[in-house]
Amino acid sequence: MLEKEGQVRIPAGCAISGFISRDGNRICGDKIVKSISYMHDRSNGLGGGFAGYGIYPEYKDQYAFHIFYDSNESRVETERFLDRHFDVVNLSRIPTKKHPRITNEPLIWRYFVTPLPTKLAASQLDEREFVAQCVININDRINGAYVFSSGKNMGVFKAVGYPEDVGEFYRLDEYAGYAWTAHGRYPTNTPGWWGGAHPFALLDYTIVHNGEISSYDANRRYIEMYGYKCNLLTDTEVITYIFDFLNRKQKLSFEDIAKIIAAPFWSEIDSGKFSESEKQKLKYFRNVFSSLLITGPFSIILGFDGGLMALNDRLKLRSMVAAEKDDMVYLASEECAIRAICPVVDRIWSPRGGEPIIVKLNEKK
Amino acid sequence: MKKVYVNEDWCLACHLCEYYCAAANSGAENMIKAFANGNKPIPRIRVEEGSGINFAVQCRHCDVPLCVKSCITGALSVKDGVISCDESRCVGCYTCVLACPYGCIVTSESSKVISKCDLCMKNNNGDPACVKGCPNKAIVLEER
Amino acid sequence: MALNYFQPLFDVIRDKDRCIKCQACARQCANEVHRYDGDLDKMISNSQQCVDCQRCVCICPTSALKIVDNPNKFRNNSNWSQQTMTEVYKQAETGGVLLSAMGNPKEYPVYWDKILLNASQVTNPPIDPLREPMETKVFLGKKPKDVTFNEDGSVNTETTPTLELSTPIMFSAMSYGSISRNAHESLARAATELGIFYNTGEGGLHKDFYQYGANTIVQVASGRFGVFKDYLETGAAIEIKMGQGAKPGIGGHLPGAKILEDVSRTRMIPMGTDAISPAPHHDIYSIEDLRQLVLSLKEATEYKKPVIVKIAAVHNVAAIASGIARSGADIIAIDGYRGGTGAAPTRIRDNVGIPIELALASVDQRLRDEGIRNEVSVVVAGSIRSSSDVVKAIALGADACYIGTAALLALGCHLCRSCQTGKCNWGIATQRPDLVKRLNPNIGYERLVNLVHAWDHEIKEMMGGMGINSVEALRGNRLMLRGIGLNEKELEILGIQHAGQ
Repeated sequence: MLEKEGQVRIPAGCAISGFISRDGNRICGDKIVKSISYMHDRSNGLGGGFAGYGIYPEYKDQYAFHIFYDSNESRVETERFLDRHFDVVNLSRIPTKKHPRITNEPLIWRYFVTPLPTKLAASQLDEREFVAQCVININDRINGAYVFSSGKNMGVFKAVGYPEDVGEFYRLDEYAGYAWTAHGRYPTNTPGWWGGAHPFALLDYTIVHNGEISSYDANRRYIEMYGYKCNLLTDTEVITYIFDFLNRKQKLSFEDIAKIIAAPFWSEIDSGKFSESEKQKLKYFRNVFSSLLITGPFSIILGFDGGLMALNDRLKLRSMVAAEKDDMVYLASEECAIRAICPVVDRIWSPRGGEPIIVKLNEKK
Repeated sequence: MKKVYVNEDWCLACHLCEYYCAAANSGAENMIKAFANGNKPIPRIRVEEGSGINFAVQCRHCDVPLCVKSCITGALSVKDGVISCDESRCVGCYTCVLACPYGCIVTSESSKVISKCDLCMKNNNGDPACVKGCPNKAIVLEER
Repeated sequence: MALNYFQPLFDVIRDKDRCIKCQACARQCANEVHRYDGDLDKMISNSQQCVDCQRCVCICPTSALKIVDNPNKFRNNSNWSQQTMTEVYKQAETGGVLLSAMGNPKEYPVYWDKILLNASQVTNPPIDPLREPMETKVFLGKKPKDVTFNEDGSVNTETTPTLELSTPIMFSAMSYGSISRNAHESLARAATELGIFYNTGEGGLHKDFYQYGANTIVQVASGRFGVFKDYLETGAAIEIKMGQGAKPGIGGHLPGAKILEDVSRTRMIPMGTDAISPAPHHDIYSIEDLRQLVLSLKEATEYKKPVIVKIAAVHNVAAIASGIARSGADIIAIDGYRGGTGAAPTRIRDNVGIPIELALASVDQRLRDEGIRNEVSVVVAGSIRSSSDVVKAIALGADACYIGTAALLALGCHLCRSCQTGKCNWGIATQRPDLVKRLNPNIGYERLVNLVHAWDHEIKEMMGGMGINSVEALRGNRLMLRGIGLNEKELEILGIQHAGQ
């Protein structure tokens, strides 16, 4: 029998796409579906997914949990857990549309929750850490339950299938958000498990990733020292945890995180192109966070509350294109995915390896 | 000009330089043949040893060579700083042997003519066998 | 003795057709195996004294010599091997403890040889080190728990003292006394040129070598030989030696015969006295005592130098390492049971301790389980024989490797395992001036530099094949390893899967 995600490590090639309106204009989800559909041949129908930001304005203060259940029993057990730790403001099945090419769907539920103040106080954790630990707990301990989205005013939608079919299945044309990312998967060996599709998410961090990182186990064994559990054995999972650790826990900026995970080569650091203080910092990062250097090919788009970040490995072993048009920024594996939804752009370029593109919402005027 | 120098700190008195020298100048194709049948070809380098200090001695290729001055037939000459002997002109008078302050001109019982180090110019294009054979870099060919 | 109960171990075979009677062998053998007999006009040999160091074989200009195992055999017995019987005869004759040198030569499993490396195919490109940058620089030392920020919001880049290595290889501790001055000079100069470190061992540091201090690790062992303020301040790091892989649980003994003038001055002991290192440090009977010594040494050097604690790999090495990681030490060095020595009781060398591969795997995992892997760097020793052993050690979780035996081999050692006799024909493990000069440090240091450069190239090739372009992404990356011919328990301890999985 084939083993599923988490029992075996599965390498995958992929397509990724994303865009953001810097002015915070809400854009219908059908646009991201159209974009990713143009890279159909980069996926093989074994996984597709989306992340939308700003899609739940009516529940923007609650954490939105999207959960897959294998059975009603796991749902009941999870809901008991949720009731013990959270105030559940709203719960429902996520609306879907029957689709001939999307089959074997699990139970897919959505909860809008706030941590119970008494539980939160007793845990002595800050709120986001409390939520993150609860999510890791459910995924690690409750058999058949899998929280695949857990941030505020954002949500992940994913399934086994081609991404454009997944978009239709989840009725993304009924959502609107200021930023979207998408992923089409080309795993080399998997029976296809819904939880294994991407984006991978923790709190408001989502990652779509194309590549296969050779540093995986070094990264995994490091990050697991800090309470993370890499259950899925995927690159995307460990990269998400690295971002969560460095940004949320170590309070490092996204610019600095890029200098850690796609660190400049020593030859570059010593070349004299950096100021002395910058050189010190780069050396410090390469010493202190040496185990978080990511090697091997990757192109990723990170979604976070209020922005997107794109990054290539330092040798640029995977394609990635960026474009601007007015307040919009587009990022994709291939130019066609951008031109499909924005035929005329102000500027289009190919970011260099290790050079991050960080786009944040403009301050409200 | 590059010359052969010795560094007594590293000379082990293994005497291998003598054997490499003798074999190289014997005309035989290898060392076993050079010494076959009781042959004892004469080396042009000698290891001096005693009281814990050892070093090899061979022609210094002096800038003012007394041997050349003393040669009565013109067999000894200097070419590009290397002193060598034209054995066809040597009459075996041994004046050079007496004149050399280093004792570096050697004679043999089997032949009347003298022999001396020519930095392996004739047999190996100036790549001295003693330098190549020294196991501890105690003999070096260098510019000083 | 009229009756010889045991026979020579080796036979010296001389090809009479090749021998030119140059006597180089006779002049080079400190064991006086070879002799020219003028009456017979031939070379004769006394195999009884041969230790098979291969010096004569290497120096013979006509390749006339071979040293082979003596074909003479005691009657076959699977229980009582010839060696075991010979040892009984020796002890019956001398009444003494058997002594040996260098590492455990017994047929225990070599786990390095049962681990295979990965390479990239299709889904992930291999990287060509000739085309792309390939990095092997590593830092050893404590990492701060959390990033802190300066008042202006910039990252505070101060760290506790670290060692920066150009490649994850260092030369193991070998004392001046156990090895020669020229061997030390070769190691010191090579370490300096390579941008790595060598280790003084417990014999102090010769004044002439203070100039290489920036690439020197100074050792403080139970005998405290040669330890004083200048010594501590000269080194780049200080290593507290708690144990040695070749002889866990026992100390050291450098016979008075080797304590000549220079060694005596460097060790700060009278000439001719035996230098005895006690089995324990007599101020360290427990982990809290170790902490005090670590902190005392740091205090003495104004917290400017990382402190390494070196232990032998023994059964509960993981728990010990965990204690050391919390002792204030910056680096743990673990020495496996195949590590070398200048002299050890044979029974100890061959029967005490555990393989470095298993010790490393369990220490690394234990420190991670306890969340304290970043408190210390882990350096492993005890028979790292090649660049692939280095790569496997790093993938199992080591930050760097110490090489001792391999470094000595580069200097000419042929592992005759007779260091304790002091008659090393290669000029390494001896203090006899005529033998010491056989190791010309100008040659020695170059050979060490060549060796480490060669390994560095090979490490880069192997990393490139795995699609890794910096050694930090290899560290602890056990997914790059697969076991072959290992049982479940061994795989579990190593934390790797079997080939094919």
